[in-house]
Amino acid sequence: MRRDIFQAIADPTRRAIIALIALHAMTPNAIAEHFATTRQAVSKHLKILTECELVKPEQRGREIYYQLEIDKMKEIDKWLEQFRQIWESRFEQLDQLLASIKKK
Amino acid sequence: MNPNVQFDFIADKQKNTLTIRREFLAERALVWRCYTESELLDRWFAPAPLSTKTKSMDFREGGHWHYAMVEPNGTEYWGLMDYIKIEPVNYYTALDAFSNAAGEINQDLPRAEWLVTFTDKNENALVETVVTYKSLSDLETVIQMGMEQGMISTLEKLDELLLSLVSGDM
Repeated sequence: MRRDIFQAIADPTRRAIIALIALHAMTPNAIAEHFATTRQAVSKHLKILTECELVKPEQRGREIYYQLEIDKMKEIDKWLEQFRQIWESRFEQLDQLLASIKKK
Repeated sequence: MNPNVQFDFIADKQKNTLTIRREFLAERALVWRCYTESELLDRWFAPAPLSTKTKSMDFREGGHWHYAMVEPNGTEYWGLMDYIKIEPVNYYTALDAFSNAAGEINQDLPRAEWLVTFTDKNENALVETVVTYKSLSDLETVIQMGMEQGMISTLEKLDELLLSLVSGDM
């Protein structure tokens, strides 16, 4: 199932998980220690983040480590950057318009 | 872009808002007119290379602006802006929507609330636009629409175009 990346980061716990594993990959147990919720709840969040391809599980020996997919996070900023460019374009046109009105 | 004028673009992913602040080298009353008179809006609102076409404009509380952004090949994308509250030269609030040529709102696409505030910044005008979406996925949908409509991919050419316009002007 393809999940919505924005839905994934809309949840505060998932945002906190992202911030936590941004520094280095962690096991679900190590992640769960940082939250008041149950280990199961953390697992559920990790499942959603994995389905969005925001995090990637990696088997190391008997443990699974979750790491952040930096490129996917950058995608969000890319979207916003493109939106920014639309506004910039608009405003540059408005600059031209204002300049031409003032000249008259 | 003129490096001497203020331009802030702040996305708050927790509040689902975009805050856009821009300074213009003109007095506030003139900038207000460019935002609220359709003949002037038609000359800047759609990002290049698209152009703006107004079907109807009734700038008053409860009124609306029904317009299209038109591609160079003639393809039209219709929009509707419902005006909610207006305090001339200071601010207005509105609710945007995607629509068709008949002005019927597309219910499948997200609407966003606009708060547009005009203030003086020395002899210039500062316009702050706060666009509030219901959710971040709404914002994603709107940006994807922009991509599909070719509004974004063609923007690389814009800098070039603007440079030629500016140098031609002088």
